[in-house]
Amino acid sequence: MNKKQCTAAAKLIEILKNQGVECIFGLPGGSAIPIFDALAQSDMKLVLTRHEQGATHMADGYARSSGKVGVALVTSGPGATNTLTGIMTAMMDSVPLVVLCGQQLTTNLGLDTFQEADVSGMSYPIVKHSFLVKDPEELPSIINQAFHIAGTGRPGPVIVDLPKDVTSAYIDEDTSGEFSLPGYSIRKEGDPKAIKEAADMISSAEKPILLIGHGAVISGASREVKAIVEKMQIPVCNTLLGKGCFPESHDLNLGMPGMHGTAYANMALCESDLIISVGSRWDDRIAGSPSDFLPQAKKIHIDIDPVEINKTVKVDCAIIGDAKSVLDSLYGYLEKGNTQRWVKLIRRLKREYPLKYKKEGKLRAQHVIEEMSRLTKGEAIVTTDVGQHQMWAAQFFKTEHSRHFLSSGGAGTMGFGFPAAIGAQLANPGKTVVAVVGDGGFQMTLPELSTAVNEKLPIKILLINNNYLGMVRQWQHMFYDNRLSGVDLVGNPDFIKLASAYGCKGFRVKRSADVRKVLNAALEYNDGPCIIDAEVEKYDNVFPMVPSGAGLDKMLLSMPRKKLEKPKGGT
Amino acid sequence: MDDSQKKHNISLYVENKPGVTIRIALVFARRGYNLESFVGSPAQDPRYSRINIEATGDSKTLHLMLEQLNRLVDVIHAREYTDEDVIQKELALIKVRCDNESRTEILQISSAFKCRNVDISDTTMTFQVTGRSTKIDAVRKMLDKFGVLEVVRTGKVLIARGEEETSW
Repeated sequence: MNKKQCTAAAKLIEILKNQGVECIFGLPGGSAIPIFDALAQSDMKLVLTRHEQGATHMADGYARSSGKVGVALVTSGPGATNTLTGIMTAMMDSVPLVVLCGQQLTTNLGLDTFQEADVSGMSYPIVKHSFLVKDPEELPSIINQAFHIAGTGRPGPVIVDLPKDVTSAYIDEDTSGEFSLPGYSIRKEGDPKAIKEAADMISSAEKPILLIGHGAVISGASREVKAIVEKMQIPVCNTLLGKGCFPESHDLNLGMPGMHGTAYANMALCESDLIISVGSRWDDRIAGSPSDFLPQAKKIHIDIDPVEINKTVKVDCAIIGDAKSVLDSLYGYLEKGNTQRWVKLIRRLKREYPLKYKKEGKLRAQHVIEEMSRLTKGEAIVTTDVGQHQMWAAQFFKTEHSRHFLSSGGAGTMGFGFPAAIGAQLANPGKTVVAVVGDGGFQMTLPELSTAVNEKLPIKILLINNNYLGMVRQWQHMFYDNRLSGVDLVGNPDFIKLASAYGCKGFRVKRSADVRKVLNAALEYNDGPCIIDAEVEKYDNVFPMVPSGAGLDKMLLSMPRKKLEKPKGGT
Repeated sequence: MDDSQKKHNISLYVENKPGVTIRIALVFARRGYNLESFVGSPAQDPRYSRINIEATGDSKTLHLMLEQLNRLVDVIHAREYTDEDVIQKELALIKVRCDNESRTEILQISSAFKCRNVDISDTTMTFQVTGRSTKIDAVRKMLDKFGVLEVVRTGKVLIARGEEETSW
């Protein structure tokens, strides 16, 4: 053997290190053994997960909370197909992932050999890009391409399919990792003409409002948003994934608008004459029926992805570029307008229509979440699952910083919250990480308790336990004459015993009076993960609610007496 | 004409790699857009391919899909050429039933359209016809009454005029 050669797998690990990868989330299998063998001979950290979906969500939480590319490593066939949910989740929310999949020998591809699946083929609609490496010499270049594509522009997941003979092959140690991607370009700076036009619209608006989305978080535009808000006195609302880019404690922050948004955010949007979307894609959770979304207001859309412009909501001015760079240029053109009366109205709406919930009777999910928010003072990284608890977390967990609220927005993937918290805690060892989960979603990925216990991660798993798939129960209650179907989670485990079986600490809270005490105890416990089983009111519904497909002016503040029509929107 | 029934001509310049065709086709399939024809072959520079697509559907959706095609990493450029002055050609092979009585008339029609007779048997004749797609439609229509047995069309290909580079 030539001295200057190494296996392609060893080269792979070397490139990962050069790319700044600190840890890999994964689970081995036959086709991936050469890669795991190379890992064993390196000092790269491997976080062994209990399921491949968990690995992708961990890599996702790692990426969302740090801004770096998350890496998952799995084997072929079922190992790879188990990652598809996590990949789709990352795609919908523009999260940079590189998913390395072992694969059968190149000569066995397409022959239905053991654990062989056309993973690239299956992944096409849910990835930013995918590669199948057939020539070991190309591996270095392809891995570099994967990182470049995943992490730049509008980020997204990239799959690299790695046949076993390719990773086992010997290549020259100095094989070039150079690449050219003529079909891939990123427009960072916006068109100055469009920026000037937007500045004129903003300067002359009487009732402007900013809508901050994930794009603003990803580009790190917090400072630029704040500068514009303070110069122009424009109120701000943020999408679920835009939470924290502009502090929610700020006087001019209206929280999240949309289906379960705050009443004052929805009312303000209905009153506004100009909506400036920064890296939000007018998702149907906010726009309801996009074709007639707030016709009274003009719309400016800042987005790095040209596909998003006029995709659903027609806009009056579009700027294609990176949010941070665009806002920075925009600032220079803005002339201070007069929004005094508008800001006064915003303050009045916030006062008159606050978020509220019943404080008497059984323990309320909102109470537990609000108390956790208060105790962690906006410094915790919060992850959520999907459902009622997610919306309550969006409403009551006040987020002060970017990358501190991680939730599966576009995909709505149950089971995301807990593994995402593992990734977030690994990326932020000094931070408090709280996973707000429901009893439904938590059970989809809870085997990762082993992973969290092994890694001694002090994650607070705040389990909002209502023994129901609560959001579906809410819909059945509101729109289907309370015919409950498939939502009663009878047979739930005793979560405290479950915690103990995993060697994990458990706390239980049933009474409102105990909330602070129990949460404080959980926050002080840092020897590993803990579950806080909050047994909450079973029949609570999330309000405000805009029925799916309806305009924001159709918002319900509480359960109406009269029978509701079935919603027109999809979900 | 109903905009949802409009035919669109799209030309793409793409990397000559496996999977490119599927990625492109998926953009159309996801929006329920029907592909009428899809022609691809290596370009002058063999690292790239040129693809010509004819598809039916509304213009707004097509505009979105063009952006989605351009977003694909392997697509260098995707551009619409509907209603533009470019050179468009298609080739078709048409097999028609014939007998001694009809043969002369069929040959007259084919010669009027400058078709090439590529095969002849006791009961059939096969023609090669090239030109704009509308011309091929016209030949086919004229031959219909004799009994057209088979038609195989290549789908439309196009190239920009003069110095302009196609799909750039």
